[in-house]
Amino acid sequence: MSLRDYRRKFVNAVMLSLTGVCALVTVSVLFFILGYLFVNGWRALNWDFITKLPAPVGEAGGGMANAIVGSAKLLLIAFLSGVPVGLMAGIYLAEFSGKTFGFVVRYVADLLNGVPSIVMGIFIYTLVVLPMHHFSALAGGLALGAMLVPIVLRSTEDFLRAVPGSLREAALALGASRWKAIATVVVPAAARGITTGILLALARVAGETAPLLFTSFQSQYWSPGFNQPISSLPVMIYTYAISPYDNWHRQAWAAGFILLMLVLIANIGARLVLSRRALTARE
Amino acid sequence: MKIRIRGTIAALAVTLALMGLLTACSQQESGPGSTSPGVLTLNSAGSTLAYPIYSKWFAEYHDSHSNVQINYASIGSGGGIQQLRSGTVDFGASDMPLNDKLLGTFKSKIVQFATVLGAVVPIYNIPGVKADLRFTPQVLAGIYLGKIRKWDDPAITRANPGIHFPNKDIVPVYRSDGSGTTFVWTDFLSKVSPEWKTKVGSNTSVSWPVGLGGKGSEGVTGVVEQTPYAFGYVELIYAIQNHMGYGLVQNSEGKFIKASLDNVTLAAQSAAKELARDIRVSITNAPGPDTYPISTFTYLLIPARIDNATRRETIKDFLHWMLTDGQKDAEPLSYSPLPQQVVDIELKQIQEIH
Amino acid sequence: MATTTRILPPPSGKGKGGRRLSWLQRLKRGDEIAYLITLVFATSVVLLGALLVLQLWWQSSLARQAFGWHFLVSSAWNPVSDQFGALPFIYGTLVTSGMALLIAVPLGLGAAIFLAELAPRFISDIMTFVTELLAAIPSVIIGLLGIFVLVPILRVYIDPALQGTLGFLPFFKGPIYGLGLFAASVVLAIMIVPFIITVSREILLAVPTEQREAALALGATKWESTWKVVVPYARSGIIGSVFLALARALGETMAVTMVIGNAPLISASLFAPGNTIASVIANEFAEATGTLNLQSLIELGLVLFAVTIVINAFARLLVLATTRKATSHG
Repeated sequence: MSLRDYRRKFVNAVMLSLTGVCALVTVSVLFFILGYLFVNGWRALNWDFITKLPAPVGEAGGGMANAIVGSAKLLLIAFLSGVPVGLMAGIYLAEFSGKTFGFVVRYVADLLNGVPSIVMGIFIYTLVVLPMHHFSALAGGLALGAMLVPIVLRSTEDFLRAVPGSLREAALALGASRWKAIATVVVPAAARGITTGILLALARVAGETAPLLFTSFQSQYWSPGFNQPISSLPVMIYTYAISPYDNWHRQAWAAGFILLMLVLIANIGARLVLSRRALTARE
Repeated sequence: MKIRIRGTIAALAVTLALMGLLTACSQQESGPGSTSPGVLTLNSAGSTLAYPIYSKWFAEYHDSHSNVQINYASIGSGGGIQQLRSGTVDFGASDMPLNDKLLGTFKSKIVQFATVLGAVVPIYNIPGVKADLRFTPQVLAGIYLGKIRKWDDPAITRANPGIHFPNKDIVPVYRSDGSGTTFVWTDFLSKVSPEWKTKVGSNTSVSWPVGLGGKGSEGVTGVVEQTPYAFGYVELIYAIQNHMGYGLVQNSEGKFIKASLDNVTLAAQSAAKELARDIRVSITNAPGPDTYPISTFTYLLIPARIDNATRRETIKDFLHWMLTDGQKDAEPLSYSPLPQQVVDIELKQIQEIH
Repeated sequence: MATTTRILPPPSGKGKGGRRLSWLQRLKRGDEIAYLITLVFATSVVLLGALLVLQLWWQSSLARQAFGWHFLVSSAWNPVSDQFGALPFIYGTLVTSGMALLIAVPLGLGAAIFLAELAPRFISDIMTFVTELLAAIPSVIIGLLGIFVLVPILRVYIDPALQGTLGFLPFFKGPIYGLGLFAASVVLAIMIVPFIITVSREILLAVPTEQREAALALGATKWESTWKVVVPYARSGIIGSVFLALARALGETMAVTMVIGNAPLISASLFAPGNTIASVIANEFAEATGTLNLQSLIELGLVLFAVTIVINAFARLLVLATTRKATSHG
């Protein structure tokens, strides 16, 4: 073999191992983040953290009970406002849409998907907070819901399209009307995919902080109803992280740990369910 | 098939019913606060300088009046003023009093209540230097103008004989958000440095020639804590609670004063005559041999007209409590309580809220 | 994957025996209702998008009138004198995103090549799975780690090392705080690298095997076949993934805000503090002193929105073009 061949073999070996290093680095970053959060968050996690309200500034103790419940409440509002819209619009796109209007809807959904979350927060601030004259859980939930719409729409449409046309035609052949075919055959067939899509979308918006900064704002107490500012995990993490108090830093780690665990469980669960479904569909 | 459809409709009906129930539970009222069965929530926002004492007051008030929850968001005085103007909070908090020009931008009249006295202190993080450093006003202005760049600058070493300073760049830290603390600091600098006055001026938010931004007093303290050779300005309690050294500042009579309750109170006392006319007086660089030069009142901004009776009475009751019982919480948190003269003026001022 | 052809023809409105039904009869049949309901929701999506754009436009009208196009090139940001300009933030956004791409693209492309070409299917699937999880981590948590882990490491080890070796370049001069444009770039790189990896990997897998085999048959090494044949074939798709990542980086707020130093400055040094459009909005929105300040921030949001839309559209077109090309050749 000539010198040139040796050089080519050398370059081959080096570059290929470099790509392996790249992959390793990326994966190890995740594990590092998980590990670090686990070690620090775990230590700060105690019963007080989950059950108590925040203590006055500078005093030890206190917890984030209201932030945990607050995040749940915000997600509920987001779910109720964003999911039906995305779901129904996805069904429209997959089953009923014409070419031009379908293109318009998809394009706008893409647009909404690409909106930076902080711009969404500004939007809801001008639309809901200012006219209502107060920050509220409703505003925060709507901001998150608006972010859910394009994600749910896209995944619903994709999963509905994945249902084979033969299933629809069989239902129609048996005499079902169009909507009955959709509601009782097509949607249930895609149900698993659609629900995992919704779950993933919820996990995605659960960690969003920017849109909440000036919609749901902050609160040190339990927030009754939907018209009051409400505490949420991501906002608390942000507030506590940039503070100078060690006590608050520890709580930020714990909150980060909880949030990350929930997001990861939702993601891992969703993907496992999906891959299992893919296996059964092959039979 | 039929069961599935009926099931879906039933599920939808139940969800909607739940929603309806939940929304019915939250009683809607126009305005920032709300009255749920029994619980009154008031929302306020603003000054980070006063956050520690307000946080303590609201918690204590809640302990004795368990049906009142007062929420406070420490977003800086600029934020307090803005949110009050937008009507998204019940009342605001600001270290900078509203002058007549600012008051003109509000749709309705605002009553201002001084609550406590605070001190803005210089904090620093120099590895190896533990002593309390002395700062002349020129040094303070010079650091933030970018003219004094290194810790071993002669202006600094002259004022601190016997201390060895490293030849390292100073990292000035300022408030990146709209801050009353910034107002007090720049107000002082404008009084002692004509160059500062013309170049930068004083406000809650200014155009800083150099430095890093930190969000809130919490942010500035955090950045200084974590960045070697950093320098910042915060309320006294933040330095104390975080076990940070804070420096002495030279007052108008040339003495180096380390901020404490007594010398801050002296600053207020020296302005007694002006206070009688208008409690919005600035007490930075106050005359007197032992006054601390960067002292300030901090204010609660209350709308003069509150339509909802429950909210109005609760706010008035809180103000009364704050001026009488609440003042005893000031000292443990290193704030100076209000001079009796101001308390008397303000107790009468409560009547202006109708 | 989503095509625009319908699966079934639209409700024909013909009843049994092929007779044309009246609207009321069609309504009763339920198809029309279903169609109308879903149509209403689909329209509301379009309305939401339109409303978003309109609101941003209206609510920034004062600022747009006051500053005009000068807004984009002015570097003043002075609440005292009510002068606002977007230049420092546009600069910060471009620099941090650009630097993030510089770090993330080689890393991401390398990893994607490994996962698509080299790794056994099993390992590739697991590592891709882990990469997708990285994409799911909330921004504020990455910011948390940024402040407490990354910034000290940068300040003590990496920044001085960079200044020592590359200090002759204006990018690496100046005082080192740990916080700053470079820290923000690294944080952004961590956040966008999963997108580059997952999309590029899909694109590379879609390249037909004949291409690889042809190269190998001609005597190329594995690396040469990959780098000189497969990657160029997938070039437009990979560039599309880069644009996608860029669009994501431009709008990223929380992690950047926590490590960028929050100074409305334009400086050549990467170690200097700065601000991006998203981070200045996050910092100042609740505290904007005066209407002009607030509207200037909203105008900034509008600028960011416009840029993100353009880049997103471009990206999706590129990705679509490649996958279509790949599948049509197969």
